Amino acid sequence: MSQPPATDVVPAPRGGVEPDGDVVIETRGLAKQYRGTLAVDGLDLRVPRGSVFGFLGPNGSGKTTTIRMLMGLIEPTAGSARVLGRPMPGASRAVLPKVGALIEGPALYGFLSGQDNLLRFDSADPTADPRTRAVRVAAALDRVGLSAAAQKKAKAYSLGMKQRLGLASALLQPRELLVLDEPTNGLDPQGMREIRGLVRELAEDGTTVFLSSHLLDEIEQVCTHAAVMARGRLITQGTVAELAAGTRGRLAVTTPDPAQAVRVLEEHGVSELLADPHTGEVTGELPATPPDLVELNAALVTAGVRVRAFGVRRASLEDAFVALTGEGFNVAG
Amino acid sequence: MSQADTTIAAGEDMTPLGEPAPGPRAVRPAWVLGLFRSELLTVFRRARTLALLGVLAGVPVLVGIAIRIETRNGGSVAGNDGGGPAFLEQVSNNGLFLAFASLAATLPFFLPMSIGVVAGDSIAGEAATGTLRYLLVAPAGRVRLLLAKYASVLAFCVAATLTVVLSAVIVGFSLFPVGSVTLLSGNSVSLTDGILRGLLIALLVASSLVGLAALGLFISTLTDSGISAMAATVGLLITVQIVNNIPQLHAIQPYLFPHYWLSFADVMRAPVIWSGVLKNLALQAVYAAAFGSAAWARFTTRDITA
Repeated sequence: MSQPPATDVVPAPRGGVEPDGDVVIETRGLAKQYRGTLAVDGLDLRVPRGSVFGFLGPNGSGKTTTIRMLMGLIEPTAGSARVLGRPMPGASRAVLPKVGALIEGPALYGFLSGQDNLLRFDSADPTADPRTRAVRVAAALDRVGLSAAAQKKAKAYSLGMKQRLGLASALLQPRELLVLDEPTNGLDPQGMREIRGLVRELAEDGTTVFLSSHLLDEIEQVCTHAAVMARGRLITQGTVAELAAGTRGRLAVTTPDPAQAVRVLEEHGVSELLADPHTGEVTGELPATPPDLVELNAALVTAGVRVRAFGVRRASLEDAFVALTGEGFNVAG
Repeated sequence: MSQADTTIAAGEDMTPLGEPAPGPRAVRPAWVLGLFRSELLTVFRRARTLALLGVLAGVPVLVGIAIRIETRNGGSVAGNDGGGPAFLEQVSNNGLFLAFASLAATLPFFLPMSIGVVAGDSIAGEAATGTLRYLLVAPAGRVRLLLAKYASVLAFCVAATLTVVLSAVIVGFSLFPVGSVTLLSGNSVSLTDGILRGLLIALLVASSLVGLAALGLFISTLTDSGISAMAATVGLLITVQIVNNIPQLHAIQPYLFPHYWLSFADVMRAPVIWSGVLKNLALQAVYAAAFGSAAWARFTTRDITA
């Protein structure tokens, strides 16, 4: 299963509130060529409203180029992109006030305080009300936990603080869509947890979050949907559950009686059985209509198999990625 | 959620899940000016800007003290052979002339160099730090951002000129006698008349920098390095000034932006000779239009990859 065509999985409605076709980002054949090399090639992306969408790929796979095209910073060589139902970059002025973005790391005025940085970015938005500016800036700083450092010059900030300030600038207004390019870069584990919490919180408010990352477990922990890019092409997209389901979970039984276990499991339709003599672990693929695991376990015990551990090991997104690309998750050459 | 969040949510378009998207927030004309205000604040809070203004303010102090020392024993300043306006020798008679002398001294290089630094850095500096992409997704709008940048550079032109004038007036009035003003044409006018002429000259000097400001802005849209844009603009200024002083190249000199810069001295005659002043203003307008359009063409179509 190497390099399959990009599957156009229409995501299942979540909670019955997502009308089919309500997408916040939609691209058709989007492509960008830089001096002869295709950074992004024929991208058909659909981000449903209300999703936390993981945009996954190794460094250099075209994620940031795609994001820059979506934000109207660079012109596509071919194809089209629609954000919040309007064409980009044409409708930038109408679309972007409703979009908060963190693109390729934070960028700040080092000689200004954190607060003044936000005031500046906010006044760049012609739809931002100057009367509520101070309040909104304070709220954004509070939300990312920077209130205490608001008056400090940004050049004195650590990378993690800069990242937070970048996030704060994306949160200056209520947004319909948040585009976060590698938002946890440079953060310590505690900071990463906080950002994940923040993303979940924002998603609960109804904001669609488009999150790019090269960290598989990050996507797995917060995202409802995901798309995978490699070498400028979209490999797959769909719900995280669907992607992981591509590789069905394997049954794993730890037992000192592997031979008997294999026999019993085979009788119950478990295929591709493997017994590891060292660990005493027997693994296998469950059939398409899996038997009740309680009964399967009872059957093992009835047959005299001593069971030390028993369970289904869920496939991770990393398994799915490796299965999809047929290669490791490394930097594209 | 904090209290501030609820404030935002009230009346604003917080979109609950699944509800249709509200229309775009309205763009209020007055709010559009917010970017210009922010631009000004940013430029004038930079240590570099303040340093440039400090250097400019220092020039009249140096010139004033030098003249004071030289004329201490009733001597006079040596005649001026540089071809520039004959302001220096008048300073010891009238402190107001220190303003004119200082403008004549800073206009060839110091003043335009500081404009070159600010203009060259305007777009390229934002690109270098990456803040350009955040301004554009705010969204500042490319044309609006370019206009705000140009306006702030022009504001700096005025501020730089006024810095020289104010510093010169303070130093001149404290070191030298002040009284009625003897013009270059020999006639004498009242001090008030002299001060008014001085203000007009400050305005003309600031306008002389309009063309260079547009040129610097254009160069600034070409690169993602603030330093290269500054260096290129200042380098170009020096080259043009050299070409402007090589007699053999007189054929092209009327088209060079600094060619009529010193025409401001004609305001110090009675009657005022306007031809040079008008030629200067027209030339600056042409440069501003040409390089302003070039900057617009470049900046509105380029890919922002920084």
